[in-house]
Amino acid sequence: MVKYVDHVQVVKRMNGRLVVNKMFKIVFLLATLFALAALGVLVYRMFDQGWGYLSADFITNFASRFPEKAGIKAALIGSMWLMVVVAPISLLLGVGTAIYLEEYAKQNRLNDFIRMNISNLAGVPSIVFGLLGLTIFVRSLALGKSVLAAGLTMSLLILPVIIVAAQEAIRAVPKELREASYGMGATKWQTILKVVLPSAVPGILTGSILALSRAVGETAPLVVLGIPVIVHFLPNGILSEFTALPMQIFDWAKRPQEEFQYVAAAGILVLMTFLVILNSIAVFIRNKFQNRY
Amino acid sequence: MVKLSVKDVYVAKGQNLKVVSKEEKQTVYHSKKLNLWYGEHHALKDIDLEMKENEVTAIIGPSGCGKSTYIKTLNRMVELVPSVCTQGEILYRERNILDNKYQVEELRTKVGMVFQKPNPFPKSIYDNIAYGPRIHGIKNKKVLDEIVEKSLRGAAIWDEVKDRLNQNAYGLSGGQQQRICIARCLAIEPDVILMDEPTSALDPISTLKVEELVQELKENFSIIIVTHNMQQAARISDKTAFFLNGEVIEYEATNHIFSTPTDKRTEDYISGRFG
Repeated sequence: MVKYVDHVQVVKRMNGRLVVNKMFKIVFLLATLFALAALGVLVYRMFDQGWGYLSADFITNFASRFPEKAGIKAALIGSMWLMVVVAPISLLLGVGTAIYLEEYAKQNRLNDFIRMNISNLAGVPSIVFGLLGLTIFVRSLALGKSVLAAGLTMSLLILPVIIVAAQEAIRAVPKELREASYGMGATKWQTILKVVLPSAVPGILTGSILALSRAVGETAPLVVLGIPVIVHFLPNGILSEFTALPMQIFDWAKRPQEEFQYVAAAGILVLMTFLVILNSIAVFIRNKFQNRY
Repeated sequence: MVKLSVKDVYVAKGQNLKVVSKEEKQTVYHSKKLNLWYGEHHALKDIDLEMKENEVTAIIGPSGCGKSTYIKTLNRMVELVPSVCTQGEILYRERNILDNKYQVEELRTKVGMVFQKPNPFPKSIYDNIAYGPRIHGIKNKKVLDEIVEKSLRGAAIWDEVKDRLNQNAYGLSGGQQQRICIARCLAIEPDVILMDEPTSALDPISTLKVEELVQELKENFSIIIVTHNMQQAARISDKTAFFLNGEVIEYEATNHIFSTPTDKRTEDYISGRFG
């Protein structure tokens, strides 16, 4: 009988295989450590430069020409106002679109084309959305540099991400559950409302909150829209002018005085805290409503 | 003929007054020249079948013979598959359900379905059973409580779950989950129950329980069951249809089909020569 596996040879080659095996583990570990190190340096610099300027006054003061008096109040409240506009608009439109595409739209070329392009939209640079917002919301609809104009622009920017996340969450609901519901005479809407959405909510919310935190941190579209930075009042409504955290930080960072670099670092700390809170909510929701199928 | 005498005993005991004898049973389903295509694939060919009330009709056949497709056509679940096309008629209580005017939601409140894999909702046992009545507009808590208890009793699982109605149905075993699904189906008080290989994912003891349940349910419901398991068809059904390549090869009383099949292919299949 011919033997194809020569066990003596296998044992001889064993060492080489084990070395390669170990080597790749080290390669992947290094890749992870590199990212961790970069993050560490970033966090260290931020705390090193910004911690001294972070105080109650910094949170409650408006912007100022003097670094020691400069505060982030207008920007912080402005960013919150921005969320108030972006969250409902992007969630309603995004989840609505995802439900349509997953539950109602038929499988045909047009819908495949739409699905593909929504994914592509997620990759369009944010500055392009800024130009779109400037043309449509700021100028054509004459909304000015308001919370609403910026909010609509940011909604458009994160809409593709929310749609894709919601589509994936909806698609992950087993079709057996839908069949069970239809099988008892439920209408499509009852099935979506009582079976599909409750199961998809954790996925939808996690994806959406991550998208929202992107909207909080985006700067380029705000620059293009011409959102002001020296603002000495709080917005009194969605049509009011405002400024936002990344705009304020960008302005401080480009000033010539060295002290403003530290003010910018303090601003970044506030922005990061804001984002960490949002992301923690996402993690909390994911753990709390985890599905068991 | 043994079948008839069993039925006579039921009548004598007064347990089933509606059915006096085999001849007077009404037709629930009657498909006439039913054809179905999945795109180009001709999955059902000229199906003519007539099913009577308060009987268990078994549909057997090898994988891919169209038996699941056929049972899903009976409550138009097959329409969930894109590119399905049907031709011919299916009369349910003398009305053609393939007619566009027939509201599919209305049909499915009269024709319940139990699926191959137990598919309870990720909700409490109570909410699973109350799902059907709720979507049909029943809100009264007391009525819902009664429906839940009656349905769970009907599915012979009340004693096992009565103390944990508020627990998630996913905590139950596979066999219990399937009986929850049967109870959920009973909660809409259907006329016909369609069962698509309801025991294929269950262990032998759970299978036995479901089979016993089917025997009890047929007193009040008409049951159409697709099964892979020929012994199961022989044990629980009154009539058996043998499907092969999308055609009905033979449709007869179960004891007849298993003792003296007319067609050679039926004989080959039930004697285990293929499939």
